[in-house]
Amino acid sequence: MLDVGTPIVQAPSAEGSKDQHMVLNMGPQHPSTHGVLRLVLEIDGEIVVRLYPEIGYLHTGIEKTCESKFYQQVVPLTDRVDYLGPLANNLCYCLAVEKLLGLEIPERAVWIRVLLTELTRLNSHLIWLGTHAMDIGALTVFLYTFREREDILRIFEAVSGQRMMTSYFRIGGLAMEPPLDLFDRIQAFIKTFPEKIDEYSNLLTGNPIFRNRLMGVGYLSAEDAIALAVTGPNMRASGIDWDLRRDMPYSSYEKFQFDIPVSTRGDCWGRYEVRLREMRESIKIIQQALDGMPGGPVKADAPKIILPDREKMKTEMEALIHHFKIVTEGFNVPAGEVYQGIESGHGQMGYYVVSDGTAKPYRVHMRYPSFATLQALETMCKGRMLADVVAVIGSIDIVLGEIDR
Amino acid sequence: MAEAPNETLAGKQAVLEKMANHPAVAALLAWSADNLTGALYDRGELTLTVPSESIVGALTAIRDAGYNAFEDVTAVDWLPSEPRFQLSYHIVSHQYKERIRIKTWVSSNDLAIQSITPVWPGANYYEREVFDLFGIRFEGHPNLRRILMPEEWIGHPLRKDYPVEGYR
Repeated sequence: MLDVGTPIVQAPSAEGSKDQHMVLNMGPQHPSTHGVLRLVLEIDGEIVVRLYPEIGYLHTGIEKTCESKFYQQVVPLTDRVDYLGPLANNLCYCLAVEKLLGLEIPERAVWIRVLLTELTRLNSHLIWLGTHAMDIGALTVFLYTFREREDILRIFEAVSGQRMMTSYFRIGGLAMEPPLDLFDRIQAFIKTFPEKIDEYSNLLTGNPIFRNRLMGVGYLSAEDAIALAVTGPNMRASGIDWDLRRDMPYSSYEKFQFDIPVSTRGDCWGRYEVRLREMRESIKIIQQALDGMPGGPVKADAPKIILPDREKMKTEMEALIHHFKIVTEGFNVPAGEVYQGIESGHGQMGYYVVSDGTAKPYRVHMRYPSFATLQALETMCKGRMLADVVAVIGSIDIVLGEIDR
Repeated sequence: MAEAPNETLAGKQAVLEKMANHPAVAALLAWSADNLTGALYDRGELTLTVPSESIVGALTAIRDAGYNAFEDVTAVDWLPSEPRFQLSYHIVSHQYKERIRIKTWVSSNDLAIQSITPVWPGANYYEREVFDLFGIRFEGHPNLRRILMPEEWIGHPLRKDYPVEGYR
């Protein structure tokens, strides 16, 4: 059985013992820990003997907070969990509640959701690439990726008015029709973006320092990846060909043609390759979504669930009543439980929503990929040099906001 | 996936009639038909209920039947009803491209259940989270300590009798 994280209680005494190990505390303020991750390392010289992650520094009790909010009030909370991929959170929660309600979403809303979720994936991968390269010492790439990320954030701002905490997907569709020039802007962005990926690749792929720091480091076998519940690009870099977008499609992903990049290397380099290729696949999906974008409404026809347009409220009594009811009392959701899984930038995200028939969720559980990925950190780092820990943390792409929730 | 009925199948009898060939149902029946105490097929999701004593056996049978990837375990507090806590295990099959939910109940008299870390080591953090936030003990867990809350914290925040605001 794999040993996952038995705590390192105290440093073994050096005198007279056969091992002269040292306990080293890394984080929570260490720049390479991507937030507030604390690692307790037991090291023998420079070799990592054991590694124990201490988490919970960002725990805000979002799941508890959800239980005292109306269903529609939970949407903005979900943004703050995985703050690098806000729209993926929105999508997962909305799909779960829509499943409970049995609500059909207009096609246009579904396609715009796919379009923006893929942009979110690019956003998430760009931050991963920039910070990962920076951890290794290639500082320039960070500036390049943040330049493109800025373009994506401007697109998010155009649709939702917010750069990061978008809350653009709502239960039953979208918050509003996107601005007229949105699709042109996205088209212009993805037209130049493949060249930008080449640019990152030129900076890193042939770079001997980058190659040596990544190749053969942080190996995770396919069996361990499954056993430790590792998902997403980290799992695919270990040779498992599995992606929820293709294998258990949601939100009309079955209508899009794209490949799932898989690498059998299992090391940090494999994870780098997989994510870089994933960005190109996302562009394909975005292009298809732009080309085939259907017309029609962006909100489902369910006046008791979806807030009416402002214009209607000024002219129709019905709309005003519905608005008042939704805001003050929420809407009742039929009793039951659903689990909705999606493929976010980091792996398999899941929302488990339990309803008792009232307007507030009885329980919302959020399954986030980084939480499971962190368990595999010790397996990847054991017996390696201390400096490799930094490379591995960068390559598994964890976000502490979604680990601690 | 063997078959996917569109309607809701409530209760063990209905599921057994319509979905007896479903790999997960068949595996549990072959393992121990008595231990399958309930079943529900609702909104495209299959839920199978087993007694809490036999959770490890049930999940081992499910895993050997092709449901290879553990995804999630969490609890729901149904205060004041008894048994109070519901545990939901979500397991994905890469082979059948399907997710199932194994459900079990833990009573507040004896808040303990066998840990499934021998079956999937990846359940480690998830069980620690349930222990931390609900106070359910997992027997045989390698390191059952608080994970999200501080070590010295008193109480289990996700229980329904834990206040949302004010002094504890």
